[in-house]
Amino acid sequence: MLYSEKVLDHFSNPRNVGEIEDADGVGEIGNAKCGDIMKMYLKIDDNIITDVKFKTFGCGAAVATSSMATELIKGKSIDDALKLTNQAVVEALDGLPAVKIHCSVLAEQAVRSALSDYYTRQGIDPVPIVGEIKEPEE
Amino acid sequence: MEKRFIYADNAATTAVSEEVLAAMLPYFREGYGNASSIYKLGRDAQRAVEDARDKVAQALGADPREIFFTSCGSEADNWAIKGTAELMAKKGKKHIITSVFEHHAVLHTTQYLEKHGFEVTYVPISDKGLVDPEDIRRAIREDTALVTIMYANNEIGTIQPIDEIAAICHEKGVLFHTDAVQAVGHVDIDVHRQGIDMLSLSGHKIHAQKGIGALYVRKGIALPNLIHGGGQERGRRAGTENVPAVVGLGVAIETATRNIAEKNAKIIPLRNKLIDGILKLPYTRLNGDRDKRLAGNLNISIEGIEGESLLLMLDMNGICASSGSACTSGSLDPSHVLLALGLKHEVAHGSMRLSIEENITEEDVDYILEVVPKVVGRLREMSPVWEKMMKGEKYE
Repeated sequence: MLYSEKVLDHFSNPRNVGEIEDADGVGEIGNAKCGDIMKMYLKIDDNIITDVKFKTFGCGAAVATSSMATELIKGKSIDDALKLTNQAVVEALDGLPAVKIHCSVLAEQAVRSALSDYYTRQGIDPVPIVGEIKEPEE
Repeated sequence: MEKRFIYADNAATTAVSEEVLAAMLPYFREGYGNASSIYKLGRDAQRAVEDARDKVAQALGADPREIFFTSCGSEADNWAIKGTAELMAKKGKKHIITSVFEHHAVLHTTQYLEKHGFEVTYVPISDKGLVDPEDIRRAIREDTALVTIMYANNEIGTIQPIDEIAAICHEKGVLFHTDAVQAVGHVDIDVHRQGIDMLSLSGHKIHAQKGIGALYVRKGIALPNLIHGGGQERGRRAGTENVPAVVGLGVAIETATRNIAEKNAKIIPLRNKLIDGILKLPYTRLNGDRDKRLAGNLNISIEGIEGESLLLMLDMNGICASSGSACTSGSLDPSHVLLALGLKHEVAHGSMRLSIEENITEEDVDYILEVVPKVVGRLREMSPVWEKMMKGEKYE
């Protein structure tokens, strides 16, 4: 498996690992059977993502994409976070092996899943804003 | 703790040994003759090939005329299985028996044959990773052409009851092939005494180079020719001999089979120290029978983490290992061997195989036992699966 230096860096020194106890939104995506689970915690203040943490069970690419996704949305507005695509995560990591692209999709969906939870907690239907969350296929 | 480099993946491949390399070198620039040529340069090359054939035969308890050089173990497996299928189909025998946890060189070959009118029975393995010979007996039918069971498993290292299986096959008049790629040089093999009809082996697992293997075919089995062309390998596998590689295999197998008991006596205590040390971590299990396994093999599942991450972190600490996780195979499913043992997918994803040899030191073992718990701890800390396990929640 040929990983870029950036992927290896984000794998060995993942940014924003952990939990946020009083998170405003928590999302989890994936399942252990497939070998990847990402859990993402968001702290949101006035539509700005002031803090983000993650926990991931998965391969090197799963850890690196989660780490990069948190970097890309930290300090950004919800609108910006909703625009995050898996492609942006891949590009920020200087590419991923073809068989690992699904990890970047998982990272994108983990962010959306956490934002979806945020809206649900606000009593707002998340679907029109965030869209449907895509669980990976088994 | 000073960083070390420890190669603990000898079941994947080995380094060419100094003596193998030294034996090979003269056949690149000086003894480069074509072994089919009549002049001295050619005759010398032929003599070298035949000398290597003698060594392989000697190591297996076979006759030199029963040894055929191939390019690798997979080729030997393909030849034995497809060749026997073709041979026996003429007699109306189109049933093959193998096990669920064979190497893909066997499984993908039998699956190919299934698409071409053959029927295949896949016998199960026990939760210890062993084939039950009685399952083979029950599976044999009037039209069974071949039984093929690996000598030792490549992932979990379990050594199969080859003698019993061979005896049953003989009693029933069925040909028996074994993929012994992982076993050669680690267990004593005597094909004639054991009643093995065909056996595949590979050079690069025993310190020869990659790209050389051999198939033993018992005299009297008219296995169809694999490559049509010149008269090399007595016409059964044409193609100019890879003289340096063949010479290297001869030296490698002679060395590998020389002091098996002595080598194993040195490795086993260190291997057991590794097993016991790693099993001190909670939520771990040894895969495969503890005793009926290759001396250098250990395969452990570590719950709550994923294998590829573990391998990457071990690599960052200078340790080369392998895993049965899906992510290291490029497919979505974890190892078919671990699933056949009855492991759940999520447990199989977190497995690690170490395959060590007699060059490993006590200090290496201590280093591995320091690194593994640290790395596992770090991965579990960031694992939502581990978090749920610790809270007693279901994580499937």
